[in-house]
Amino acid sequence: MQERIRRQNGTENATEDVAETVAPGSEHGERLRDEIDDLLDEIDEVLESNAEEFVKNYVQKGGE
Amino acid sequence: MSLPKICGIETEYGILARGLDITPMTASSLLVNAFSEDGLSLRAWDFADETPAADARGGWRPEADYPEVDVLMSNSVLTNGARYYVDHAHPEVSTPECVSPLQVVLYDRAAEEIIRDSLNRANDRLGSAGELIAHKNNSDGKGNSYGCHENYLVDRSLPFGRLASLVTSHLVTRQVFCGSGKVGVECPREGEPRPPFQISQRADFFEEAVGLETTVRRPIVNTRDEPHADPERYRRLHVIAGDANMSEVATYLKVGTTALLLAVMETLGEDPSATKWPVLLDPVTAVRQVSHDPGLTATVETSRGSASALEVQWILHSIVRRWLDAGAEDPIGGCAEDVMDRWSRVLGWLESGDPRSARWVDWVAKRRIVDGVAARSNLDSDHARLRAVDLQYHDMRIDRNLAARAGLETLVAIEAVREAMTVPPRETRAFFRGECIRRWPDRVVSANWDSIVFDSGEPALQRVPMMDPLKGSRAHVGDLLDSVNDVPSLLAALGSSAVEDVVFDPGW
Repeated sequence: MQERIRRQNGTENATEDVAETVAPGSEHGERLRDEIDDLLDEIDEVLESNAEEFVKNYVQKGGE
Repeated sequence: MSLPKICGIETEYGILARGLDITPMTASSLLVNAFSEDGLSLRAWDFADETPAADARGGWRPEADYPEVDVLMSNSVLTNGARYYVDHAHPEVSTPECVSPLQVVLYDRAAEEIIRDSLNRANDRLGSAGELIAHKNNSDGKGNSYGCHENYLVDRSLPFGRLASLVTSHLVTRQVFCGSGKVGVECPREGEPRPPFQISQRADFFEEAVGLETTVRRPIVNTRDEPHADPERYRRLHVIAGDANMSEVATYLKVGTTALLLAVMETLGEDPSATKWPVLLDPVTAVRQVSHDPGLTATVETSRGSASALEVQWILHSIVRRWLDAGAEDPIGGCAEDVMDRWSRVLGWLESGDPRSARWVDWVAKRRIVDGVAARSNLDSDHARLRAVDLQYHDMRIDRNLAARAGLETLVAIEAVREAMTVPPRETRAFFRGECIRRWPDRVVSANWDSIVFDSGEPALQRVPMMDPLKGSRAHVGDLLDSVNDVPSLLAALGSSAVEDVVFDPGW
């Protein structure tokens, strides 16, 4: 289906042209993984100490 | 030719008053009023005698000083041309009219800093009495939703029925790159699978394809016909089917792609079928299907057969590509080629599972944190800690905000954001609005999107209508403003045809 739709629209090369794919373990993937590891290391300091209570008390009125 | 896509975003923030026995209306009012100092804004309604009071015992008793009625008064116009007010039970900032998606990002970021500044001011005054907390999200996880709305200037000659059916395909499928992500499902339907994590904050709340409501039976396409401009020439498309984004690139692409598609629609002429635009057959079902499918493989029914959200997005991208290649003028302030490039990149990344999508797409960034926390602590997928991660991704307190730690790419420098807190865009009527409030705060009685009311000392108040969003720019009125030194001379310079006596001033 994907291929059919793309051909119809003349954009069959779209992914090849502009969206270079990155294999797992590449530089980008590793850097992001390191960042998320750092974030997870400090998550206890950032998250509310009583997450359960915080989530329970988070009640909003509908808006708009 | 399409119209320049003047656009803006209005965001309702979630509000908590910790330790204070006050309603969310009062809490929102405290926040908005905390900013109304130092000439940073103008209250459209005059209540000069109001005196915020510090309690001699320490702290503050806001309820005593701000009764409920004052919520109506918490309605201000800022020198940057924005509106900052209490809408229902939420503080809301509407950006000024902008000429490009990049400018929308700048003023949306400025709105965030205005909220932060207000929180700091209000909490300083509250001291140990309590704390106001705000979140830039769209749901409390308990079935209550509040909005982040976009507005686009559209040519009145584009038939609304056609606009609604064509834009719906985009509003439903663009979630893949501008959804903010959510732990769990709200308003579940019988027999429907409930994924532990979904793409959008808002998708669970849409019950109609097209309609006038915004708070109940929410429609994907809102029909409110309130152009805030010359109704003969203009329409304002009011989009309520979007998430508040923390990612600047997500806001940029959300506004940029939607504006480009609207511009294409304006030039389709009599026969829109030539574009083979995919139209969704059941958008109300599709909006949930797309959001509930972070694997991005589900298909929705379209006039061209079943297709995944990404496939529909590729078709829409190719429609705009062909339109630009055929020589259309950039309708989004010089951002068209960059938006097209980033649009195709993000679709490609999402399609291939490229981790770089986490730099731009909120739901991908949030999901990495949720999954990481769950894996490290071996938590069930509905654990309160994961819901706290979801909430704090949007937390306006810097020391509690997770989005700021998620490695998101930024598009605007903080210095520019700070300037945009007080300085209006130059290219639209927001310039005239903001400059008049900055120069003559004591003489502007009220302002709204399409007019300003002055007290020039004459018996009658004077209204200056601004029915064209493109007029009132710096190019248009900058020299005139610089050539006068008070409101009477401003009104004289504008000329009698541009000014009318106010018989009755309804304010906002």
